[in-house]
Amino acid sequence: MFKYVLKRVGMAIFTIFITITLTFFLMNAVPGNPFAAERQANEAAMNAMNEKYGLNVSTGEQYINYLKNLTKGDLGVSLSCYKDTPVTTLIAEKFPTSAKLGFFAILIAFFVGIPLGCLSAFHTKKLPDNIIRVFSTIGIAVPNFVIATLLMSLFACTFKVAPVLYDMDNFASAILPIITLSLYPTCYIIRLMRSSMLDAMGQDYIRTAKAKGMSKNSIIFKHALRNSIIPIITYMGPMVAGVLTGGFVVESIFAVPGLGATFVNSINSRDYNIIMGTTLFLATLVILMNLICDILYKVVDPRINLEK
Amino acid sequence: MNKTNMLSTQIQLSPEDFSPITLTEREQLDTLAEPVSFWQDAWRRLKQNKIATAAMIVLIIIAIFAFLGPIFSPFDYDEQIRGSENLAPCLKHPFGTDGHGRDLMVRAMVGCRISLLIGILASFMVLIIGSIYGAIAGLCGGMVDNIMMRIVELIYSVPEILIIIIIKLVIDTPLTEFINSHAIMKPFRTLGSGVVAIFIVYGLLYWVGMARIIRGQVLQLKEMEYVNSAVALGSNKRRLIAKHLLPNCIGQLIVTTALQIPSAIFTESFLSFLGLGVSVPMASLGSLASDALNGINSYPYRLFFPALIISLIILSFNLFADGLRDALDPKMKK
Repeated sequence: MFKYVLKRVGMAIFTIFITITLTFFLMNAVPGNPFAAERQANEAAMNAMNEKYGLNVSTGEQYINYLKNLTKGDLGVSLSCYKDTPVTTLIAEKFPTSAKLGFFAILIAFFVGIPLGCLSAFHTKKLPDNIIRVFSTIGIAVPNFVIATLLMSLFACTFKVAPVLYDMDNFASAILPIITLSLYPTCYIIRLMRSSMLDAMGQDYIRTAKAKGMSKNSIIFKHALRNSIIPIITYMGPMVAGVLTGGFVVESIFAVPGLGATFVNSINSRDYNIIMGTTLFLATLVILMNLICDILYKVVDPRINLEK
Repeated sequence: MNKTNMLSTQIQLSPEDFSPITLTEREQLDTLAEPVSFWQDAWRRLKQNKIATAAMIVLIIIAIFAFLGPIFSPFDYDEQIRGSENLAPCLKHPFGTDGHGRDLMVRAMVGCRISLLIGILASFMVLIIGSIYGAIAGLCGGMVDNIMMRIVELIYSVPEILIIIIIKLVIDTPLTEFINSHAIMKPFRTLGSGVVAIFIVYGLLYWVGMARIIRGQVLQLKEMEYVNSAVALGSNKRRLIAKHLLPNCIGQLIVTTALQIPSAIFTESFLSFLGLGVSVPMASLGSLASDALNGINSYPYRLFFPALIISLIILSFNLFADGLRDALDPKMKK
């Protein structure tokens, strides 16, 4: 077990390092200058700017400097978008909003997805199952920007039951973004849960439990659910990634001052440091999440061979 | 299927289960069925699947709409008609017109074409890279397999959309120059470098899923006797992969590619929506939806059509691929 965890952690650190290196050199290969928008034809001013932000040395040296700063928790400062604000401050300021929305979306995905998936599995080929399956299939197919705009025009513009744009102090304004973010993972979990529950119900140990005369509830909760919930754990890593990247669109549409909207803004203004910092932050988050899921997966299910 | 209650231990039998078989049933048992090939069998199973057939018909209709529609339309996708700006859907412009007086129906057709093309081309690239990579890793095994699969794991664990956005930014300018300076690339000029970049990057990143699946298949297949005899007859690894291993994964290859298409279309529309896809005046379903967002209060119908079409495309491809999986490999059915 310990060896396995160590191996996975090592792999995760290596992956993060590769991501940092790759992002850095890719960002440096991007043509165009972050100061180009500032109408400074003056060469001296340009040089001064380059020197100020450490862009006047070779790419290799810049990379070493970046790594050195990174160990100190310094991701550089914003070059154009949010003039001179440190990227770490920016992330610390923006991420909680995104995390809050994402957290509620994931919560909904679990608490709606798992029961509905079970319900669907217990009533295969009957009305509840058919309805749930139709909705979950549609929910997976419709892109989140469509859902966001649809919800917005329906509930905010036509019926006026919810605010159009996000407002920090008003929780009601967060409902539409949260629903949009949660729809895809919810539908995915429903489908996953249904198939794994059906799989579990066909196993021998369920028949044994029935033969022992266990009650319906204890068969479902003690045997079927505990076994069929394992695949959901593996989906947690991709789900976090999906909710974070889904945030790009949802935050832009609902004007949420989160990390996703900041990322999209910084792409358009070629603010290297923010793009890099955000990418590293999100990638690290997802890699760590994957790591936790992998380890949790093995802990929860002792049948899985650790050495393999 | 069966009507047994999942939680009951009793087998439900009816008196008919014990009645002697009828003559016609006996005849059916006695006569051998006509031999059918793998493809005929799959096609028959696919036709029996009503949902998959319906999805296929919807896809064909959308393809006709996208590829033949613009020929019959009296307007061009970038034609700005003076005096007919911001029209609501009417007989002349069934989807209405936008703020520049462009017919939205022909724009939706062209956008649909781009989405379909990107989906199919990008999935094709994924198919080629992924299957060859997976087959090599599976066949060679040992250290080679270990290293190759570590690389796959590495790419797998990084959120792709971030890398797609970064690589797209990097190759955008060189690609634009390349497209503008070479005569062969002329058809891509109107498309804009964004689209070409998306599909290159998609092909470069998304093959990992395909590679994993094919490697798993090859690991099983290489223990088969026909592979052994092919090795004994002196075939090298390249021949093994091309003539024996990949043709035997054909079901998996087709199904995984078919499932890849909606995912590619999804990515394209996502990026176009963020303004990272097609360049104006070209339209894509994602960019049309994004344009519609600006006037969502006054012109909600502008969002309706692109949103409906893109959802239909993705839904139909998903359902069709599911049907294809059941038809090509009934054992794989989950």
